Amino acid sequence: MAEVTAAPARAPEHDVLARLADLKRLAIVPAFNEEESVGRVIDEIRALDPGFDVVVVDDGSADRTAGVAGGRGAYVIRLPFNLGIGGAVQTGYRFAFERGYDIAVQVDGDGQHDPAQLPLILGPVLGDDADLVVGSRFAGEGAYRSTVARRIGIRIFAGVVSAVVRQRVTDTTSGFRAVNRKGIALFAADYPHDYPEVEATVMCVKHRLRLQEVPVAMRERSGGRSSITALRSIYYMTKVLLAIFVGMFRRYAVPFEEEHT
Amino acid sequence: MTPWAVSITAAVASFVLLLVVFELIRSRRLRERYALLWLLTGGVLFALSLWRGGLNTIAGWFGVTTYPPAILGAVGALFILVVLLHYSTVISRLSDQNTILAQRLGLLEQELREGR
Repeated sequence: MAEVTAAPARAPEHDVLARLADLKRLAIVPAFNEEESVGRVIDEIRALDPGFDVVVVDDGSADRTAGVAGGRGAYVIRLPFNLGIGGAVQTGYRFAFERGYDIAVQVDGDGQHDPAQLPLILGPVLGDDADLVVGSRFAGEGAYRSTVARRIGIRIFAGVVSAVVRQRVTDTTSGFRAVNRKGIALFAADYPHDYPEVEATVMCVKHRLRLQEVPVAMRERSGGRSSITALRSIYYMTKVLLAIFVGMFRRYAVPFEEEHT
Repeated sequence: MTPWAVSITAAVASFVLLLVVFELIRSRRLRERYALLWLLTGGVLFALSLWRGGLNTIAGWFGVTTYPPAILGAVGALFILVVLLHYSTVISRLSDQNTILAQRLGLLEQELREGR
């Protein structure tokens, strides 16, 4: 039940990249008005590993996000209107599922996730130690600055989720994630709607998928703004806590097997 | 003071509302997002029907001295009004999105036919 791998125990980066070589791998980049940062995100993913396919899910942007992404050679899925992060990310997972990808990572289009750290979250998936790996800002590495209210919210979620999944979780709202084919199949079939990260984590564990957190450092977002404003955060907390509570009374298909649509 | 029969009936009714909403969420027929207002409605009505002294006080604020449970009806009506208004905004958004989807589909089909 040790979830946070210690830094020195990790496989060296080139090892991870070498093991990736014969897998079909996809980076899902949700982007909403991120024309300034999305290009760099794509470039950095490709710089790390040119074999990574990148799909940018443009969630109804009003700016040149889709154009920039297409120009950098990414697959671009333009949603006809804003679905919110949950709907956008699930579009990416459906794409991954239908195209037969073995591994998918989620990297935000705003640049707060550093693609150079992808090997960290890919390691446990490649080693078949986990089905879902979440990059955590609080499990060690790096200093993360945020408002007090936000940190309290994050702390509450961490406590609730840790209790529900019976495993220590420090960063439930992180969208920097890697999943194997099992995770892709699950998320393609079912993904929470608004503010999905917390619920997705719980859902995974309920479906008997193995969750692991690894410490990562995140950057200041280089473009765009956080989708969570002061008033919305109350709705956010209530909605997510309600969803987790009700979810405890649901029965889940276990163990989850793939190839159903 | 509110008659006990009214308090108990109102409490049971609002509790049943809460249960129904819960079950609808659990069985995935109602999204959390649209359930919150209903849960608030049920919760407030439940609290007001059991908290008889409070209901009296609130009735006093509004000059209702003869029959405090009228406040229960008023609060219920107010919440239903809010829920309906919320639904109107949701329906407006859905119909806008529906228009966009139909237009996109039409354009796609046209493009497909042209490619044939």
